[in-house]
Amino acid sequence: MNVHEYQGKEILRRYGVATPRGVPCFSVADADSAARQLGGKVWVVKAQIHAGGRGKGGGVKVAKSLQEVHDYAAKILGMTLVTHQTGPEGRLVKRLLVEEGADIRKELYVGMVVDRSTQRVTLMASSEGGMEIEEVAARHPEKIHKVAIDPESGLSDAQADEVARKIGVPDASIAQARSFMHGLYRAFVECDASLAEINPLIITGSGDVLALDAKLNFDSNALFRHPDIVAMRDLDEEDPAEVEASKYDLSYISLGGNIGCLVNGAGLAMATMDTIKLFGAEPANFLDVGGGATAQKVTEAFKLMLKNPAVKGILVNIFGGIMRCDTIAEGVIAAAKEVKLNVPLVVRMKGTNEEQGRKALKDSGLPIISADNMADAAKKIVAAVGGQGRPA
Amino acid sequence: MSILIDRNTRVMTQGITGKTGAFHTRLCRDYANGKACFVAGVNPSKAGESFEGIPIYGTVRDAKEQTGATVSVIYVPPPFAASAIDEAVDADLDLVICITEGVPVRDMITTRNRMRGKKTILVGPNCPGVITPDEIKIGIMPGHIHKKGRIGVVSRSGTLTYEAVGQLMDLGLGQSTCVGIGGDPVNGLKHVDVMRLFNDDPETDAVIMVGEIGGDDEETCARWIKAYMKKPVVGFIAGVTAPAGKRMGHAGAIISGGKGTANEKLAVMEECGIKVTRNPAEMATLLKSVL
Repeated sequence: MNVHEYQGKEILRRYGVATPRGVPCFSVADADSAARQLGGKVWVVKAQIHAGGRGKGGGVKVAKSLQEVHDYAAKILGMTLVTHQTGPEGRLVKRLLVEEGADIRKELYVGMVVDRSTQRVTLMASSEGGMEIEEVAARHPEKIHKVAIDPESGLSDAQADEVARKIGVPDASIAQARSFMHGLYRAFVECDASLAEINPLIITGSGDVLALDAKLNFDSNALFRHPDIVAMRDLDEEDPAEVEASKYDLSYISLGGNIGCLVNGAGLAMATMDTIKLFGAEPANFLDVGGGATAQKVTEAFKLMLKNPAVKGILVNIFGGIMRCDTIAEGVIAAAKEVKLNVPLVVRMKGTNEEQGRKALKDSGLPIISADNMADAAKKIVAAVGGQGRPA
Repeated sequence: MSILIDRNTRVMTQGITGKTGAFHTRLCRDYANGKACFVAGVNPSKAGESFEGIPIYGTVRDAKEQTGATVSVIYVPPPFAASAIDEAVDADLDLVICITEGVPVRDMITTRNRMRGKKTILVGPNCPGVITPDEIKIGIMPGHIHKKGRIGVVSRSGTLTYEAVGQLMDLGLGQSTCVGIGGDPVNGLKHVDVMRLFNDDPETDAVIMVGEIGGDDEETCARWIKAYMKKPVVGFIAGVTAPAGKRMGHAGAIISGGKGTANEKLAVMEECGIKVTRNPAEMATLLKSVL
């Protein structure tokens, strides 16, 4: 789960991580009063969307008067912000963060991730603040410093100081940088984060260490421990189809193609998408109905796929294990009838009671195309939607 | 022989009285030698009771001491799964198979750290389990689609493993052992660990390795294969069409920072001399071609 920058900073401050003072705003009037309340001579007006690259897209502006705060807020709120992470359709800006301006002397990068190979939280830091870390990793791998943190003893002072020195934190600010990293690590662990990025972390003219930006992602498996973080969820930032799917315990992800696919199991679902591509078409979605695919779940899955106007055909690929193919077939038939299916449907079933399942589909009188294996199924659905149906 | 488990393995179920644990313990008990293999259940509040004739103990240690079980399978709910693994590790079991899906990553980091230097091997969490066909199955895979034979299967995904097994069966090829290592980012056995076991198993002739996007376990395994593997290996990686930054069902199936793509993994596997296919319908035919 993702949160907005202002929410991430709110969480970090609880752990003693310093940030500029700021106020979240939902209207231009909010922004006006936030700027007055913050005082000072310089403010930053920042669009709050769940995507990076906001500055380049025109979503972050430095204001040098209350009038400028007002004008920028009016301009950014309600704009469709396009960044390299939003896709060409962009994202409607509904929230702002108005912050006091910071006197930036140095821009650095500090991040934390769960490293799969060491099975530990890894601190990553770089002197190249403000740049995308992937870019730094590609161009200047020597400028990224990594420390695997022992889960029992935590981040040590010595580790924190060493990293701070390597990325060019001045001596006078080392102690602040150390407590910043300790706070970040505590926040990461205690809030069950899966990713934390402070880019940039800044050193101010007076030597203070501040998080100028904050990106936090949380482990969705651990949200049961954090009702306060769940309350920060902004459904406007999520794909409505994915939100709808999660209500029925379906794992769904929208993709750009025209063939809907309904599969049991995440690995098989990905493999099915890949096979569609292999035979010259593109999948419209990833959809895992899970192990206990009931008729109701299958029906909801069909409704969800058909809400996407791009869908020109559906491929169902089920490996019946504990769940029998005939049960799944009943679900597919019920769903096809309920949604009045009007696009071609190819069904491939394998495993327990596959013969009975196929017979049920055949006897239903519905125009369901049956397939023998995954490749055959992909070929048939690609052909049915007017594609070539042969390896690309 | 087979790897990890066979007809002589004695198993306890942690979470035997829950809905999933009860359902699958029944199926495992009814498979092949299961009646002799599944000897105990663990539930701290139901010690002294029994589950359809399988005695329930209050702790893993009691279950081990009373029945001689050295392997545990875990179905307890996600918030308690890691401490269930801890208990099994502290009791020095040989093998723990954690089926539970949705275990917080932080819990697994702590548990894996506690396991350093201990003898216990962990499979999972979020995995279908392990089966040595016609001898024993521990987990949620459908037993009857398997048959004893000489092909090893290792995979991160459940149904995709069944798919590989189904294809092998269509060609008349049985399996020595099938291991579902699970789809979580922080877990127990990795592809390479299972590959080492298959390499040393005289009853395994060749291996199907099924991977997916995320992490670099498949690459690590491929490099090990190039250096040490004495038997043919074929591979498939799911997720060529998966977009970056999106979690594809499994917690660990995500391309992050441009790393962990299927194409990257396939390229490394090919460089290491592993025959790969981009068509998941051809996993078994590819394997047959290298026998």
